[in-house]
Amino acid sequence: MARPMRLLALALAAPLVLAACSTENSGGGTDSAAGGAATSDGDLDFAVVTHGSAGDAFWDVVQNGAEAAGEDLGVGVDYQSDGDPQRQSQLIEAAVNQDVDGIVVSMANPDALQDSITAAVDAGIPVVTINSGADRSAEFGAIGHVGQDETIAGIGAGQRLAADGAQNVLCVVHEAGNIGLEQRCAGASQGLGTDVRLLQVDINDLQSAQSTITSQLQSDDSIDAVLTLNSAVAPIAASAASDAGADVEIATFDLNGDVISAIQDGTVAFAVDQQQFEQGYLPIVMLQLYAENLNTVGGGQPVLTGPGIVDPSNVDAIADLAAEGTR
Amino acid sequence: MTQDVPADAPPRVDERIAAVSWWRRLLVKPELGSLIGAVAVFAFFAAQSQVFRSLSGVANWLDVASTLGIMAVAVALLMIGGHFDLSAGVMTGTTALTVGIVAVELGQNIWVAIAVAGVLALAVGFVNGWLVTRTGLPSFIITLGTFLMLQGLNLGLTKLFTGTVQVRGLADAPGYHSAELLLASTITVFGQPFRVAVLWWVLVTVVASWVLLRTRFGNWVFATGGDEVASRNVGVPARRTTIALFMTTAGAAWLVGSITAVRLTSVQANTGTGQELIYIVAAVIGGCLLTGGFGSAIGAALGALIFGMTQQGIVYLNWDADWFYFFLGAMLLLAVLTNRLVRRYAEATRR
Repeated sequence: MARPMRLLALALAAPLVLAACSTENSGGGTDSAAGGAATSDGDLDFAVVTHGSAGDAFWDVVQNGAEAAGEDLGVGVDYQSDGDPQRQSQLIEAAVNQDVDGIVVSMANPDALQDSITAAVDAGIPVVTINSGADRSAEFGAIGHVGQDETIAGIGAGQRLAADGAQNVLCVVHEAGNIGLEQRCAGASQGLGTDVRLLQVDINDLQSAQSTITSQLQSDDSIDAVLTLNSAVAPIAASAASDAGADVEIATFDLNGDVISAIQDGTVAFAVDQQQFEQGYLPIVMLQLYAENLNTVGGGQPVLTGPGIVDPSNVDAIADLAAEGTR
Repeated sequence: MTQDVPADAPPRVDERIAAVSWWRRLLVKPELGSLIGAVAVFAFFAAQSQVFRSLSGVANWLDVASTLGIMAVAVALLMIGGHFDLSAGVMTGTTALTVGIVAVELGQNIWVAIAVAGVLALAVGFVNGWLVTRTGLPSFIITLGTFLMLQGLNLGLTKLFTGTVQVRGLADAPGYHSAELLLASTITVFGQPFRVAVLWWVLVTVVASWVLLRTRFGNWVFATGGDEVASRNVGVPARRTTIALFMTTAGAAWLVGSITAVRLTSVQANTGTGQELIYIVAAVIGGCLLTGGFGSAIGAALGALIFGMTQQGIVYLNWDADWFYFFLGAMLLLAVLTNRLVRRYAEATRR
């Protein structure tokens, strides 16, 4: 019994030692906190709070954009994210408590964030919204919005497909009921000048998605282009086309490594890129302009980051940038 | 049977009752480890961040701890009773979505929606408990089944009713303001608004602690979790106790789901998924044994507090939040090791 007793004492003592360490640190900690408060007039500190889950490749690029802007402009940028709207709103409240000089928020769920965003605005902290939620941004009191308009991006894709000579386009929706995806397909119809055909698949089951696209192509050989709305679906559509022996053009929304190499080897014609690096970078610039010169950007209208088209003409240059995490 | 005891003889002490010193009794309290942990975590972050120890900071991390704490306390009761509920996390989503769908899509008063969600949650809790007691299968398997089914229902029904993956517009439902007052308002103390969910958390903890330590049902919970067969042999209604515990977890999920729905006024179909493990972590940090029969409600509430303080403390120190789960895991291991030693010590003391 003696040994467990000693271990027990150790286990119980460990947190106390930890507390003791922190007391030692407290001198320095308080200094830096006081220093932060004193210099807040000169040095700007911005918080970025998104709904991206940790390790999501798309949001990593946004984070890189925000941090690059922080370095370039010499301002502090703290990036936090949580996919749960309640947690996201609590992170916004934490940023308000820290009395930051500006907050950047992605608005996938505007209703859930309304309270915390208006609280930030009421506390005199300028807010820039990014990614989605453009239509609610001004209503909540944000000074601007940076994102991609899904309809306009869809129009861009449709126009490009039309220029490539496509007439019967299959638009592959990978998430039932996602309003943004419907807008992309509707925009593509508008840009193409004729209605695209919708095909419903499930992003969580790519194998059956491939079979579904294959059977669709087999049953209708008038289809001459497939537009996917997610970078993970594009390579699947390319394999489906070769399975079906169909000669169709493949185009997609959003980039990843697979899509870049597919554009390089010609299996995918182009990708509509929303350049989310800008959704991290530009709001920091906007907040700095506002803090130092009371400038706003966009005049209540969203600042669009897309569509940018990636095709064989620029894919090689972009491949290097993607490897650096900025595209 | 009566014996004449000489008046001057020393008082007879039953030889089966060993004298236990006060600090030994303190050491075997399940919540001691989490109390020390909570103090240490608070001291650590408070020393380094002025905002963390400010009133607004306290309100912020109490908010994070509150809804988690309500669930952790209920899950702790269930764990003391010897079972797990993996459907507890997704159930908060199910109840929140039910509130949203009934209020917005079916146009009912929000209190009707909350009542419907409550009936539904208790029914699922009953089915969980009933299946566990009837089949004798591990609750892990049974509730994994309900977890997956509820996850599918959440997504499927939400899309069916709304056409998207969110229910929105709860703020316009009739009765919203009274519901907001009770579930999602703030109470200002010393000029700082605190979320009313914190009060619910305290209430749930106090009630759970009282039930556990001062009522017959509480004894049944400890007995069922300690040794179900033995407890049944001495007349404990183990089945009823188990079913009641599952319904308690479901009831807590109903409270948290309603708070979430009313507060956010929009609910995502994936709400709560994955949270069940966090509840179990909080309960374990709070001194609950995975084998049942030992633990406390206050400990679980402290576990949730540690969780909330760590989660927001990392933000206040501007640390990279990617490391949060590392700290959480380290704390879990430390708590489990401490608990193990405490249990051995407690058993040694009993002998």
